[in-house]
Amino acid sequence: MADTGPQVPRLFGGPSGWISVAVPLVLFIWFLQFIPAIAAGETLRWSIEWVPSLDVAISFWLDGLSLTFALLITGIGALVTLYSAQYLGTQPQYPRFILFLMAFMIGMLGLVLADNLLALFVFWEVTTISSYLLIGYLADEAKSRRSALQALLVTGTGGLAFLAGIVLIGFAAGSFELSEIRDVELRDHPWIVAISILFLAGAFTKSAQFPFHFWLPNAMAAPTPVSAYLHSATMVKAGIYLMARMNPTLGGTDLWFWSLTIAGGFTAVFASILAMRQSDIKQVLAYTTLMALGTLTLFIGAGTSAAIKGAMLFLIVHSLYKAALFLMIGIVDHRTGSREAEVLSGLSRKMPLTALAAVLAALSMAGIPPLIGFIGKEFLYKAALSMPTAQLWITGTAFAASALMFAVGGIVALRPFFGKLGDTPKAPREGPIAMLVGPLILAGLGLALGVNSDWAETLVRPATAAVYGSPVAVDLYLYKEVNAALILSLVTFATGIVLYLGHRRLRARLASIESWNPIHFDRGWDRFLDGFAAFAKWQAQKLQHGVLRRYIFVIFAFLGVTAAYAMWLRDAWQVQFDFTGVAFRDWAVLIFITAGAFVTATANSRMTAVAALGVVGIGVALIFIMFGAPDVAITQLLVETLVVVLVALAMLKLPYLNPKKIAEIRGWDALVAILVGTTSAIVLLASMAEPLDRRLTDYFELTSWPEAYGRNVVNVILVDFRALDTFGEIAVVMIAALGAFVLLRGTPKGEEK
Amino acid sequence: MSSLIVRAATRLMVALLLMFSIYMLLRGHNEPGGGFIGGLIGASGFVLYAMAHGSAEARTALRIDPLDIAMSGLGIALFAGVASLFDGDAFFTGQWMFLGATETEKGLPLSTVLIFDVGVYLVVLGSILAMVLALEEEV
Repeated sequence: MADTGPQVPRLFGGPSGWISVAVPLVLFIWFLQFIPAIAAGETLRWSIEWVPSLDVAISFWLDGLSLTFALLITGIGALVTLYSAQYLGTQPQYPRFILFLMAFMIGMLGLVLADNLLALFVFWEVTTISSYLLIGYLADEAKSRRSALQALLVTGTGGLAFLAGIVLIGFAAGSFELSEIRDVELRDHPWIVAISILFLAGAFTKSAQFPFHFWLPNAMAAPTPVSAYLHSATMVKAGIYLMARMNPTLGGTDLWFWSLTIAGGFTAVFASILAMRQSDIKQVLAYTTLMALGTLTLFIGAGTSAAIKGAMLFLIVHSLYKAALFLMIGIVDHRTGSREAEVLSGLSRKMPLTALAAVLAALSMAGIPPLIGFIGKEFLYKAALSMPTAQLWITGTAFAASALMFAVGGIVALRPFFGKLGDTPKAPREGPIAMLVGPLILAGLGLALGVNSDWAETLVRPATAAVYGSPVAVDLYLYKEVNAALILSLVTFATGIVLYLGHRRLRARLASIESWNPIHFDRGWDRFLDGFAAFAKWQAQKLQHGVLRRYIFVIFAFLGVTAAYAMWLRDAWQVQFDFTGVAFRDWAVLIFITAGAFVTATANSRMTAVAALGVVGIGVALIFIMFGAPDVAITQLLVETLVVVLVALAMLKLPYLNPKKIAEIRGWDALVAILVGTTSAIVLLASMAEPLDRRLTDYFELTSWPEAYGRNVVNVILVDFRALDTFGEIAVVMIAALGAFVLLRGTPKGEEK
Repeated sequence: MSSLIVRAATRLMVALLLMFSIYMLLRGHNEPGGGFIGGLIGASGFVLYAMAHGSAEARTALRIDPLDIAMSGLGIALFAGVASLFDGDAFFTGQWMFLGATETEKGLPLSTVLIFDVGVYLVVLGSILAMVLALEEEV
């Protein structure tokens, strides 16, 4: 990576490069064909069985919302992969990077197309894991590993809550298919609060809403194409998608309205202020993404048809300009070696095309006509001003965020490109064409859609209908009349200009405020993780102490207590003792075994104990012989013999028993032994009292010879009737042998404990 | 343990035990015995040999690594189960063949069940020997 000297760039970064460009491009074109049908109000559904026994199907569903997302994902995906072929194509890890990016894209596509919530969840997790790998792409840097883990843990935890919510909603609605859940009225269901909270936990963590916002700016460790993809089209929008998707089902409750508008509005303003605080342009963009997510959450929560319309339009607007800006700053970083707003200046002379893309995208971000960003902002304002409740809060936060966004647009696009040429680490020159294509197309689209706002309508209309739950008239235009929204826009511009002019002083002021702010989410996260690790260590040491004797003690004590409790619950203690028909030889074997057990329990040397245990084993074998089970008896005897050999071998390594220590623990051991012994005896006697069900025995005795050609029923059962069980058992034997082998051989001599 | 008497006796005993183990394996279907018991007897034969002559010599006598024996046994058992699929039967359905069968004589019965039992024999033999030999070498 250090070598940036002359390299021959392979065409699109070699095969992994052009395949990675071709796949999203083909998908994009494929999705384009659905636009007429979807715009006409149709929805398409496609389903195959997956786990029929659990009623889980892989079903996909294409409506306005999923089509909008699918086009953004594949369209921006194609441009981003083309860009990364140039940006990273010469690096040795490039194929791996492309693999992660493709996994991410497919996960994202599946997420927005899935109809079955469980399938949706699987795709949700695919994006979580692949974004973990992408953020941690520079795996040799501790910072990047930390950010990746943070993103994984925050979004993964939210994902678990989401899964719980899915299970609840699946049972409440009687289906996991989104298309069916939509038709079920759930707002009065007793679980609705729990479901809403769990879904929002998933959505808020994924879309980085306050107070889960801290992972997103850290995810900046990812290389620029990933940032663009993460922040514009996809990953962070997954939560937005979820909220939009669930709006017809969960929306309309007070809980939904207030949590979305408060979290969204707060995140939007908070993030735009933090964006002003940054001087690294990539960081600035990261915080503006937070602002966009907050705005989307705010307006989805607001829930009126105008608000949803505004949110869907803003979704498209933001994806276009944010991807363009991220790709742009990647080019600048690549060519000048810096991303600092204070260092970069006057680049438009050396990098005119990059500057063009930056300015167009920033104009859209600032919401200046005739770009689509202006229409987006107008419609948001119009929706905010027409809110029946919380009008002031929604208008106020939207205004504050937009004014700050205006100023940020200046910081991102004016400062670096105009004025005196700055002193950068590398001499600036125009970026390569493969990298310029993406930002130019995306920024140009912002202008084209603004001028021809009908084009955007074809997508916004079906998307709004999908989120609102019923068709909504959408008529986008740049200018119709002077109204409150337009006046608010003008005020926004004025405020934005003031903020831009004073942004350096503002940044210094914000930095000083930050220095005495006692709440640091990022550091708090570290403390939380440390505490959690300490707790895990503490409880693992308590429970996993590594003393075999104690493990066995706990297992048997648990067995004895639970069995005794179960017997007590069912009042099954009354057992009939019936000694009639017990012959002399039965008594003899009984005494033989009992004596062996007694000697084993009281022995003070291991050798005595093992020998006495052998006596018990032989006694049990005698019982088998007496009751006509020669196979079992032979096995028992052979196993006893081999156990003696094994223990004798192990004995050579074991220390002598300490009589004092034995005396201490023997009392407890005796207690557990008596408990387990008594309980199992009573359980046995109780089950003997029931008449024996001979159906299976009769079946095996009858069919063993005619059907399986064997007279030894035990063996026929083992190798024929129940061959699969036996196969499992010998596999276990094999695995146990491997385990023992590794334990014995694994530790080189001299290192054992 | 390495007295001359033990060592001399062991040579005879091992041969007998191995013969006996195979006898037990083959008669298992109609008389007490079978792969599990056969494997245990075979393993005790080699364990005896290892105790008298040392594990290195036991390994040489065994020729194949015990874990390999166990693993191939598992493979053979699996094969016996899969074989029935070729005849369109369910997994692990016994397939029988009577060599030289006539109207009156049943002939020599051969079956996938026997193959399965051979697999069991090898798994038990190999697993026990792997553990015992490793334990003996560790000490």
